[in-house]
Amino acid sequence: MSFTFTEDQKLLSESADRFVLDDYNFETRRKIIGQDGGFDRDNWEKFAELGWLALPIAEEYGGLGGSTVDTAVLLESFGRGLVVEPYQSCIVLSAGLLQVAGNEEQKRQHLPSIAEGKTLLSFAHIEPTSRFNLCHIRTTATKQGDCFVVDGEKAIVHNAETADYFILSTRTEGDINDENGITLFLVPSNSSGIEMRSYPTIDGLRASEISFNSVKVDKQNVLGELNKAAESIQQVVDRACVLLCAEAAGAMDTAVKLTVDYIKNREQFGQAIGSFQVLQHRAVEMLGAKDFSRALTYRAAGAIDQSNASERMRAVSAAKVEMGRSGKLIGQEGIQLHGGMGMTDDMPIGHFFKRLTMIDAIFGNVDFHRKRFAQII
Amino acid sequence: MWLQCVLVAVWGSPDYLRLFKESEVMDLILTPEEEKFRDEVRAFVAENITEDIRKKTMTGFRLDKVDHESWQKKLYEKGWMAPGWPVEYGGTGWSPMQKHIFEEECAAGGAPPVIAFGVTMVAPVIMAFGSDEQKEYYLPRILKSEDWWCQGYSEPGSGSDLASLRTKAVLNGDHYIVNGQKTWTSLAQHANLMFCLVRTSDEGKRQEGISFLLVDMNQPGVTVQPIKTIDGSTEVNNVFLEDVKVPVDNRVGEENKGWTYAKYLLGHERTSIAAVGRSKAQIKRLKTIASAEEHNGTALINDQAFREKIADIEIDLLALESLVLRVLSDESAGKGPGPEASFLKIKGTEVQQGITELLIEAIGNYAHPFIPESMDKGWNEEPIGPEYASSIAPHYFNWRKASIYGGSNEIQKNIIAKAVLGF
Repeated sequence: MSFTFTEDQKLLSESADRFVLDDYNFETRRKIIGQDGGFDRDNWEKFAELGWLALPIAEEYGGLGGSTVDTAVLLESFGRGLVVEPYQSCIVLSAGLLQVAGNEEQKRQHLPSIAEGKTLLSFAHIEPTSRFNLCHIRTTATKQGDCFVVDGEKAIVHNAETADYFILSTRTEGDINDENGITLFLVPSNSSGIEMRSYPTIDGLRASEISFNSVKVDKQNVLGELNKAAESIQQVVDRACVLLCAEAAGAMDTAVKLTVDYIKNREQFGQAIGSFQVLQHRAVEMLGAKDFSRALTYRAAGAIDQSNASERMRAVSAAKVEMGRSGKLIGQEGIQLHGGMGMTDDMPIGHFFKRLTMIDAIFGNVDFHRKRFAQII
Repeated sequence: MWLQCVLVAVWGSPDYLRLFKESEVMDLILTPEEEKFRDEVRAFVAENITEDIRKKTMTGFRLDKVDHESWQKKLYEKGWMAPGWPVEYGGTGWSPMQKHIFEEECAAGGAPPVIAFGVTMVAPVIMAFGSDEQKEYYLPRILKSEDWWCQGYSEPGSGSDLASLRTKAVLNGDHYIVNGQKTWTSLAQHANLMFCLVRTSDEGKRQEGISFLLVDMNQPGVTVQPIKTIDGSTEVNNVFLEDVKVPVDNRVGEENKGWTYAKYLLGHERTSIAAVGRSKAQIKRLKTIASAEEHNGTALINDQAFREKIADIEIDLLALESLVLRVLSDESAGKGPGPEASFLKIKGTEVQQGITELLIEAIGNYAHPFIPESMDKGWNEEPIGPEYASSIAPHYFNWRKASIYGGSNEIQKNIIAKAVLGF
């Protein structure tokens, strides 16, 4: 288990930081969010050219076979600039599931094209009543001849409107919360019977509520074993949690820097407010929160590829709890130390606060992961 | 100031914990070589820690001087007394992970903590700034635990503001005459030597008039007076120095450069103050006690709210351990522990104190009885309530010291604010 970066990881980190610094400042990001689909396709192409999309994909499918730590390094840099391109939804979740659950033909057909940035996927999984229970699935897929017919509702599907395919979770057997009976499908987004209501999210991303009304899916598009998708979903979502924590580590880093800079420059009572010890100590608390969360995140990232399910879940939950606590502290204190200016949409700090808060509120918040962690004593 | 006494944790995991099936869940992922090393350390600890000492360490009963010395001598014979030292002085040459495993296994096996004043505090200063004679004389004696060191830093008027210290050393031929008072001197009752900061000049900056002396405690003019603390113990002392003679040869480095050496000391082996291994052992102990305590017709450990409190602390501890390992890795890559290491002290002591809080919560009513003698050697009356309960409340009160000593946690924040954030 290594606690320092390799040379390759250092290079990756430097080039991704450079991209954020040069090509992704606050104003640029604001414009990108305003574009159709909510991200910049030129950036996506650039990510493909730089090999970033290929990073976590296996070499035999046109990828670079990077580890979870490698991907964490990239996402930490993305977090520093609140990059909105659909890396989490397309690469981490969807390509991740394809890789874990897909058959040879499906992988050969889609993974290289994803790595080249030509195909976009989105993971349609969460439902209006599922909260953080990954097995809570009401959407049904019923076998009819060579097809399955899908009916149901999916919620908060990130980057759905720009996706070519959905990876869709359905119930093919059992009760709503059963672990058994969950099946994944690869569904072209232009299939008939799909209705989408798309909207911006509070942290600058795009998402959709999707209705599937008697959508026919060919049985060849079943991803993985029928009824047995729960473990694959859990595994890929756990990895996504760690990578969200990595993104949060980058966001926290910038949020702390912005705040420290602000209080060093803002003058009241004839002096920089950063000269007051009460504020210095709060800034130190913020820095510590970032450091501990980041250290635990990389540890979980390093452990995740080598652990059994319960070890993995404990490591991930620990990281997600720590990230949630730290993100909240840094976000709230960041605003408070910026004073009234922190409330304005023109200041970057609020945008970091919002992203950190939303990272906590997906795939299980602090409360959820603390309970999950506590179950495995 | 931040250079106050670093009192070493005296706690470990109780033997009844062995009943609690040791889960390796969330333990570190070790290579086969590291696993072999872990097994070797584990076996060594099991062979060399007597049941009596293990029990004391685990429950927080008092360890006496001999308990510490006998363990440290075994470590010396094995060559494991000074893992942090350079190999040429008797260090082990271990990797960061090995050092971490060693600390964890010692704590888990109920070994008394190695007293830090000699091996991890004064020794690095002697290595870096001492004369050849000092190195040749003191370092082997530290390895063999032939001396018991204490730390003469704090004074009644100089706590967080250590540079204001007033204990005066006046040069008189080939020796200094030292007058003044040191306080909070941990375990001075056992010590025959004290490394001591004294004022040798009142000129210029306060920090530039301080020297670093090695003082023989067994001589006229040195008086050690115990201070009773809120838990009923007397581990800290006042040390009065009246016309104490200290040979000039016992000054480390140059006159008036003592502050620099004291700061150097603080930059060394900062990771051990986090006491990750000890806290892990205490969390196991907490879980065992919470499994034994009844609560609403079931074990306390089954109470969801209590379980989540344990989870919160465990997560803090995992984060702490992750940062410790990073700092250790940086150290072995030649990067000194930056001022960020102050976070290890803050979080480490917060975790330790958090565990003592949950322990006192766990035992419910039996926090009340207070029989100080029950923690001493030779007390063999029937305990009041469960045996594991008797030391828990005193420990809770005792451990409030952790966020005060070694530079209070507020001073640590000042250090980070200045050195890392640039305020």
